[in-house]
Amino acid sequence: MAEHPKAREWEERVLGKSLQRFPERKEKFTHHGGEEVPRVACPEKIDASYLEKLGFPGQYPFTRGVQPTMYRGRLWTMRQYAGFSNAAESNRRYRYLLEHGTTGLSVAFDLPTQIGYDSDDSMSVGEVGKVGVAIDSLADMEVLFDQIPLDTVSTSMTINASAAVLLAMYVAVAEKQGVPGEKIKGTIQNDILKEYVARGTYIFPPRPSLRIITDIFQWCSQHTPVFNTISISGYHIREAGSTAVQEVAFTLANGTAYVQAALDAGLELDSFARRLSFFFNASSDVLEEVAKFRAARRLWARLMKERFGATQPSSMMLRFHTQTAGNTLTAQQIDNNVVRVTLQALAAVLGGTQSLHTNSRDEALALPTEESVRIALRTQQVIAYESGVGDTVDPLAGSYFIEQLTDSIEAQASELIDTIDRAGGVVAAIEDGFVQRQIENSAYDYQREIEQGERVVVGVNKFQTDEKVRPPLLRIDPEVERAQVQGLKKLRQSRDSAAVQAALAKLGKTARSDANLMPAILEAVRCYATLGEICRVMRDTFGEFRDAG
Amino acid sequence: MAGRSKKYRVLIGKPGLDGHDRGAKVLARALRDAGFEAVYTGIRRTPEEIAAAAVQEDVSAVGLSSLSGAHLRLFPAVVEALKQRGAGDIPVLGGGVIPDEDLNALKQAGIVEVYTPGTSLAQVIEAFEKACDRHHQGRSKT
Repeated sequence: MAEHPKAREWEERVLGKSLQRFPERKEKFTHHGGEEVPRVACPEKIDASYLEKLGFPGQYPFTRGVQPTMYRGRLWTMRQYAGFSNAAESNRRYRYLLEHGTTGLSVAFDLPTQIGYDSDDSMSVGEVGKVGVAIDSLADMEVLFDQIPLDTVSTSMTINASAAVLLAMYVAVAEKQGVPGEKIKGTIQNDILKEYVARGTYIFPPRPSLRIITDIFQWCSQHTPVFNTISISGYHIREAGSTAVQEVAFTLANGTAYVQAALDAGLELDSFARRLSFFFNASSDVLEEVAKFRAARRLWARLMKERFGATQPSSMMLRFHTQTAGNTLTAQQIDNNVVRVTLQALAAVLGGTQSLHTNSRDEALALPTEESVRIALRTQQVIAYESGVGDTVDPLAGSYFIEQLTDSIEAQASELIDTIDRAGGVVAAIEDGFVQRQIENSAYDYQREIEQGERVVVGVNKFQTDEKVRPPLLRIDPEVERAQVQGLKKLRQSRDSAAVQAALAKLGKTARSDANLMPAILEAVRCYATLGEICRVMRDTFGEFRDAG
Repeated sequence: MAGRSKKYRVLIGKPGLDGHDRGAKVLARALRDAGFEAVYTGIRRTPEEIAAAAVQEDVSAVGLSSLSGAHLRLFPAVVEALKQRGAGDIPVLGGGVIPDEDLNALKQAGIVEVYTPGTSLAQVIEAFEKACDRHHQGRSKT
């Protein structure tokens, strides 16, 4: 460690405190032969520019990471997004993943669940249990987490428009296990703004959607203090075709919109800002991705401090989950995807991610098989336990290339955020279609480069083979939909209908007032009102958003 | 092939609840660049809505995209909805995350061509061109 008063200050105040609370994984990290791996390599001479742009890990502006010891303290959470068909099948897959060393769950819901339709809704035909698990009521949620201890396992749920309902179900299941809200750990995605520009599972128009989100922030700050209330997602923006710079800019712009909405609703900045989390894509341009993660951290810290006046370091820290880039997977020569995922996962780790999902090789064809999922998880484990990249913090810092690119991505993203602000903020930019057009243009340019062979995709436009291999694929039996609908019918007959009706009426009244929605949703969930019924009440009050095409 | 006398109009539709429309949008734009008039429905349309739009816009072909695994239900439903509107002669093409083993079932249900990940735009545009030509010839005979 370099000799500098600031370095000593960091060692004493930040590092010392952290080591006391979280000792490192090993007493000593060494190369083969015993040479010690330094915790944080720094320039010999620490100057003002270094302190301003990089600083030390766990300290503003967090360029080098959000924790002082990063993976020396604790490895990232290996969190594989999974879920399909019904609750019982998905529960089996989660327990399989936990047995194989995954350290956090990540629930994929089917599209009807994400868009607030019951499995027997005419809109749900053909989609039940397809891209995730079908959840109609608390009864399904109880099966989903059967024998999974919610006081120790953290759960991330990819749910947005209907996040309040699924969160309420999760809280209710935990209660039944005897786990109080204060103890549950995990994340709901709850990022509606990116749904309008990239992912498409919106229900209500933007403004009532923001109200639901701020209600969640407020309720959670009192009842589930360690649960992450939002995962502000660039992942899907990138999947929709954006560049790395656009991914950072649009994500952080969305982030500022949530912060502003919460402040406008009267919430205190430090009461919710530390529970904000982010979600980024890791694509194949390894060095650009590493720079992107570092730039995003620095830019968010500056926005929180300078624009919103955050004073707590935890309110300025950009903590993020990463998933490797689904759009880079090819249907041809699928084993090549294992190599792509390895590069992308490495970029995420070199960029300081807090948790990681690695895609499976067969996902350009179908949902992954168990074997493919295991290889994807093993990829993370090889990086974690064999590569040594986690034994030192932010190992690429100080590379001329990486630092220049970090600066450049930060500057360009910052400029794009300014453009959005001048146009009236991100909600206006979404309503106007500005964000969507930017993403579409990038997607089109990218595809044209592939068409013209300027961009090589191995096995697709170069190095093709004739082999016609049909890998075994995971199929969702159409019977799943019929059985789910049957189960729902039974539920409706067996529950206390009067209690359901009363709870739904109360929810409607709450929605029309400006009271917090969460208590009314929880009450409805507890008496087994279905997701579709609860969302129907809110649809009637808030209206629905429709894509213009 | 050379010098089409008519500027074909086609519809790109997203049936069901799937929101992944990067491919649909890129294709609509590529079709426009290739001289088609391409109308894009937007996401989350029912098969009936797509058929209605196809008839209303008087298109020569419909392209459907689904990445959520619901293609076996939704693509044939669009063909059916077109027939019910007396527009069963409009050719329907499909694309998305679709396993090879589903291709036969889709073709039997009346989907003319199905394209899976890795297909070049040029290939898809050519298929639209052929489908529109055939549709045009079929109509001028009657």
